[in-house]
Amino acid sequence: MYVAVKGGERAILASHEAVAAARRGSLEVPEMTVTQIREQLGLAVDRVMAEGALYDPDLAALAIKQSRGDLLEAIHLLRAYRTTLPRLGFSAPIDTGRMAVRRRISATFKDVPGGQILGPTFDYTHRLLDFSLAAEGARPDQAHRHSLSTPAGDQHVGKSGNGNGANGTATPMPRILDVLHGEGLVEREREDDEAQPVADLTREPLTLPAERDARLQNLARADEGFLLGLGYSTQRGYGRNHPFAGEIRMGEVALEIVPEELGFAIDIGDLTVTECQMVNQFHGSKEVPPQFTRGYGLSFGYCERKTMAMALVDRALRGRELGEPVAAPAQDQEFVLYHSDALEAAGFVQHLKLPHYIDFQAELELVRRMRAEAAAASPVAVGSAGAASARTTSAQVTASAGESR
Amino acid sequence: MKPVESVGAAARPAGMSDTAVTGTPHLMEGYNFAYLDEQTKRMVRRSILKAVAIPGHQVPFGSREMPLAYGWGTGGIQVTASILGPDDVLKVIDQGADDTTNAVSIRRLFERTAGVATTDHTEDATIIQTRHRVPEKPLRERQILVYQVPIPEPLRFVEPRELETRRLHALNEYDLMHLKLYEDIAKHGHIATTYDYPVLVHGRYLMSPSPIPKFDNPKMHRNPALQLFGAGREKRIYAVPPYTEVRSLDFEDHPFEIQHWEQQCEICGSGESFLDEVILDDHGRRMFVCSDTDYCRTRRDTAAAGQAAASPRRAAPEEA
Repeated sequence: MYVAVKGGERAILASHEAVAAARRGSLEVPEMTVTQIREQLGLAVDRVMAEGALYDPDLAALAIKQSRGDLLEAIHLLRAYRTTLPRLGFSAPIDTGRMAVRRRISATFKDVPGGQILGPTFDYTHRLLDFSLAAEGARPDQAHRHSLSTPAGDQHVGKSGNGNGANGTATPMPRILDVLHGEGLVEREREDDEAQPVADLTREPLTLPAERDARLQNLARADEGFLLGLGYSTQRGYGRNHPFAGEIRMGEVALEIVPEELGFAIDIGDLTVTECQMVNQFHGSKEVPPQFTRGYGLSFGYCERKTMAMALVDRALRGRELGEPVAAPAQDQEFVLYHSDALEAAGFVQHLKLPHYIDFQAELELVRRMRAEAAAASPVAVGSAGAASARTTSAQVTASAGESR
Repeated sequence: MKPVESVGAAARPAGMSDTAVTGTPHLMEGYNFAYLDEQTKRMVRRSILKAVAIPGHQVPFGSREMPLAYGWGTGGIQVTASILGPDDVLKVIDQGADDTTNAVSIRRLFERTAGVATTDHTEDATIIQTRHRVPEKPLRERQILVYQVPIPEPLRFVEPRELETRRLHALNEYDLMHLKLYEDIAKHGHIATTYDYPVLVHGRYLMSPSPIPKFDNPKMHRNPALQLFGAGREKRIYAVPPYTEVRSLDFEDHPFEIQHWEQQCEICGSGESFLDEVILDDHGRRMFVCSDTDYCRTRRDTAAAGQAAASPRRAAPEEA
């Protein structure tokens, strides 16, 4: 009877079997393949890669399958695998200005050089359940073929579309905020300083106050839901910073490394990334005339909501640097950076289900003692309350009997 | 802490299989000895050395993502993995017991990745990883007790900001904690902290003993074993070297005291160990038993042996 309270290895192994059975579901239904997940649940794969901080669609798809579609669990699987990988080197910074763009929009200008390209967005779909997708044996391939044969120019908004293919424009497409540089209306990005090492939170713990490189890395790995809520809060007045979506772009960028023995960059593959540049109003200070400031968001894959929220929070966290009052949660470095990681949050919240009976026993002892002291001090008031509760359950009768021993 | 030889290759595990390698049947393929790579272990060991050199001081370290969730003991696991050698004998307890699910799971992780010998016997272990308890049986030199720590900062619940608490430690400014304990006394007549009771180490650093019951605090004082504390999510390591002074905060007129039970363990009869209350049925019947399962079983076995020898009705409880 007493052993039943504590778990054994057999119970754990049995739970592993239960997980495997639950994951597989009904055996009458064919098993889902990792390739199907990679190809047909692409946005789930992208989120797992982004927060898992590992660009590998096949492993992300495997993690999603193994975790039964629990994306936080999949992210954990990918992160735990990632920590075991050796570091072979560092890539050159990716250049999103040379992106093969599949989607590119600006909310600040009606027309921009290179045009606005909607790409595969839900933005203008009507959220009506499409029952044709549920129909067994349909020919969904038709839609796919149609999409591929549609001239990409059709996805352009306005006239200046350059008619590049749906799989991305190969020609450089300038980033919209760079176009505004000439007038000095938008703050300049800091030049890349190769002598200055970039922070890496996966190797060194976060130190405060954190510089922007560490903050952006933290936000890039952060839980989408947490950033979304924080970003939203800035829009509702908790650290308002007047944002405009200067540009959002998604597509493929080349990943390059510069091997020491070669001394020049070689292309080792492509990454799909989403980038969001927010422009925010800034009234200026003694040193800086009024200009637009920036908030930045970047993620692996197509995670547009995440990058937009990230850009809002990035800008909010720059309050101190820009001499703004820091009062709202989204502006508070410690609050944001220490609570943004889904693994840390999910782990610590859920660890409450681990046994705590030692601590609880210690508290029980204290509460019983304090109740006994209170009863001794004013026997009438607490005594009658005790009698009332003793009537309600037999368990409490036993408890008070134990106390009086 | 002897140098550890690399056993597995750092190669990508093929489908993360756990097929056997030669020698140890349960060893997992494709992972380094004790899971972490050697560079990471070296980094952790450097942090441990610094922590030992500054007793009670929290040393930030590059905590890694582990195959167990944060909150499940990732800090303790990284410390254990970094000091574990092939000849070590490992004991893992949670709530004082070797058979709680998480203790089983962590022991299994090291059985699978390091293939080290494990034990339930406190005296046989060279490394004991624990959550929420210090074993009842006194530890000895050359034993290491590794605590799993959720919140390493003792001041966290009186001051949530890390920047501020670091400053308070630097300035040896612990009035906030004394004030909190004083408020307890003013409100309740005594200090209302029952676990994770703050201690002052070597007369300098205020330290969280991890959520052990305050019953265990005196065991930390001048303990012959090395005590290491790992907080994975919070990325901190700290230590109490052997024979170091560990004082629980108190006041002259309200001296520190530990929990006492009027009951004794119903299995081994101990009146000196920390007791778990076990509810037996839905009428609220309960029994009290030792939380330290090894201590309890050893006492019961000794009593049974004594009974067999002299056959008295009940062996006198031995001194703990």
